[in-house]
Amino acid sequence: MAELFCDARPQAVDPAANRVVRAFYNWAQANSLFILAFGTGCGAIELRPLFTARYDISRYGIMPRPTPRQSGLFIIGGYASIKTMKRIIRSYEQMQNPKFVMGLGSCTVNGGMYWDSYNTINRLDYYLPVDVYVAGCMPRPESLIAGFGRLKTLIREGRAEGANRYAENFDWYKANQKRIIKDWNMPEYNW
Amino acid sequence: MTYWLAAVGRAIVSLFFIMNVGLLTFGVVGRIVARVHGRIGPPVWQPYVNIVKTISMRTAVSHGVMFYLGPVFRITGGVGLYLLIPAVHGSTWLGNFHFTGDLILVVYFIFFGMLGMALGAAESGHPYSAMGVMRGLTQVTASEVPFAFAIIALAARHHSLSITEIVAAQQGGLLHWNLFVAPVATAAGLFSLLGMMMQSPFDIHLAPQEIPIGPPTEFHSSYLALLQTNRSIFATAKLVLFVNLFFGGATSIVALVVKVFVLFLFPVAVGVVFPRYRVEQSVRWFLGVPTAIGIAAVLIETF
Amino acid sequence: MEDTLRTLVERFDATGVDRRRDRLAFAIVPPDRLVDAVTWLRDLAGYRHLVLLTAVDRIEEGIFRLLYLLRAPEERADIGLHVDVPREGASMESIHHLWAAARVYQRELREMFGIDFPGSPEVDVSMILEGWDGPPPMRRDFDTRKYSEETFYPREGRETRDPAAHAAVTRYPADEQVKDEIRRVARENRTRGE
Repeated sequence: MAELFCDARPQAVDPAANRVVRAFYNWAQANSLFILAFGTGCGAIELRPLFTARYDISRYGIMPRPTPRQSGLFIIGGYASIKTMKRIIRSYEQMQNPKFVMGLGSCTVNGGMYWDSYNTINRLDYYLPVDVYVAGCMPRPESLIAGFGRLKTLIREGRAEGANRYAENFDWYKANQKRIIKDWNMPEYNW
Repeated sequence: MTYWLAAVGRAIVSLFFIMNVGLLTFGVVGRIVARVHGRIGPPVWQPYVNIVKTISMRTAVSHGVMFYLGPVFRITGGVGLYLLIPAVHGSTWLGNFHFTGDLILVVYFIFFGMLGMALGAAESGHPYSAMGVMRGLTQVTASEVPFAFAIIALAARHHSLSITEIVAAQQGGLLHWNLFVAPVATAAGLFSLLGMMMQSPFDIHLAPQEIPIGPPTEFHSSYLALLQTNRSIFATAKLVLFVNLFFGGATSIVALVVKVFVLFLFPVAVGVVFPRYRVEQSVRWFLGVPTAIGIAAVLIETF
Repeated sequence: MEDTLRTLVERFDATGVDRRRDRLAFAIVPPDRLVDAVTWLRDLAGYRHLVLLTAVDRIEEGIFRLLYLLRAPEERADIGLHVDVPREGASMESIHHLWAAARVYQRELREMFGIDFPGSPEVDVSMILEGWDGPPPMRRDFDTRKYSEETFYPREGRETRDPAAHAAVTRYPADEQVKDEIRRVARENRTRGE
């Protein structure tokens, strides 16, 4: 285990100092979004139509990527149970800075129809830095595309700094995560 | 001194040219595949945006020395392969570093990148990486068999192991192309091209639904940018090689771009129609009819 | 079906036979006769398929009522066997030696209701609730809402509405007006009639 994982805390990395380079990088980040293809809840079923002929998300430069290392956008597809939450956190921490999180469905906003469940979280933003929420139960693919548009605007304006926010408030996020994940049998931070 | 500077300058210009040809070809092919699916598809410049994006990632993780060297070996394979093939016949700038026996070395270089990648992927520690590399090596080995026979047939026909001489022998009109002069060898070569291009029926090393994206699973940020760049260079270099061997080479940049693009449409067209093979199906397929055609080509050209 | 039920009553002390349909019946079996009855049903009566094994928390009676639902594919008949086990220190004999799949049900019952199945493989390994330290959550004396509010972070501003009434006001106000009008006319007619 020890040689495969590192316990070092995440470091906040400033974006490129030069204004033109930063704008160019942000533009590239916005126009080439790799979605982490990890269906975390029932909302993942709404992602499939996006890639097929009817909605074709690839024309916006968005494509699925089955490995967290290469992806930049993590979509939490609806309800996140504690067991999934553990995997979500591990996957999220393996992604590289800058990384973005989209909460899909009402369950990520306030628990949705599982708000009083013993096993599903209520607010995703207490555990991960969420950039965009797409509300609905379930949201249609059109709302997802609108969410992608909103996320692209945020990235282009340089306001989607979730990874740095996570690094700066690391202790708070970890405390919240450890409050629900009782058997923490993984490294403190997996990068 | 000036000779070396000029040679390095020529190599850089040549590489820059082939990288752009490759990226644009991939962009256009992405559109074409999308149209076959009934989609609109990503913009033509999407490969460029992807590379800029992967370069702009702010953090990168290393798993060790070989993890660094894996993508480097891979791009060495692509660049080395390309720089040994004369891209445009008779051109100083795009003639690259061809020499008398380059055909043999080229066959080695097709393998080189994959082997380097195997070391890097093994260091990354991800099981899918090792699995993907193993499958990729298996398939390239199998697809090299008909290719080797095709090359032997051509060498026997033209009494030469120099790509330049083979190209020179094909000049003088459409009917001098090896496509028409040695159609059996061309058939064997084109079959093995399917395996080398790693398009759909033979994309077993990536296997999107099985071992998601295979060898480069752990590679990210700048490592991935290297791999993406290499993808365009390597694929185009292989196409240039085939254009030289079977389709009369190219005497101008326009002819080269057109021929590379048209030839790329062949594996793409096969790819959008057929689903992926399993490993043993692919190996069996290459060692069956294509190899038989290759042996037939050698026999025809020798006797 | 008739013969099977009669045998269950005579040989396995089944009580409370409840014929729901032609091919669906339920019966209550004492806990110590359950494995015998299930074995007989599986091996000799043709009820080879374990459809499900679940439990109902009858907190008023202080028992868990387990349900073993078996199916005979040839007859297309189902028999459900109820077993009552006390809630305190709930424990039941395992049937994993009859159906390998039963171990999953038993693990789930152990996790969700706290019913122990001694000898069942991996029965103590958590399946869904990793690292759970509270009482078993499917027991009815476990207050999920309170637990959720204490553990997770409820977002303020949550309102609960009756869907039909809310939709009538927000989405179909014209319909609602017409309905009010009809009700008013009907009321007036009634009062006039009296």
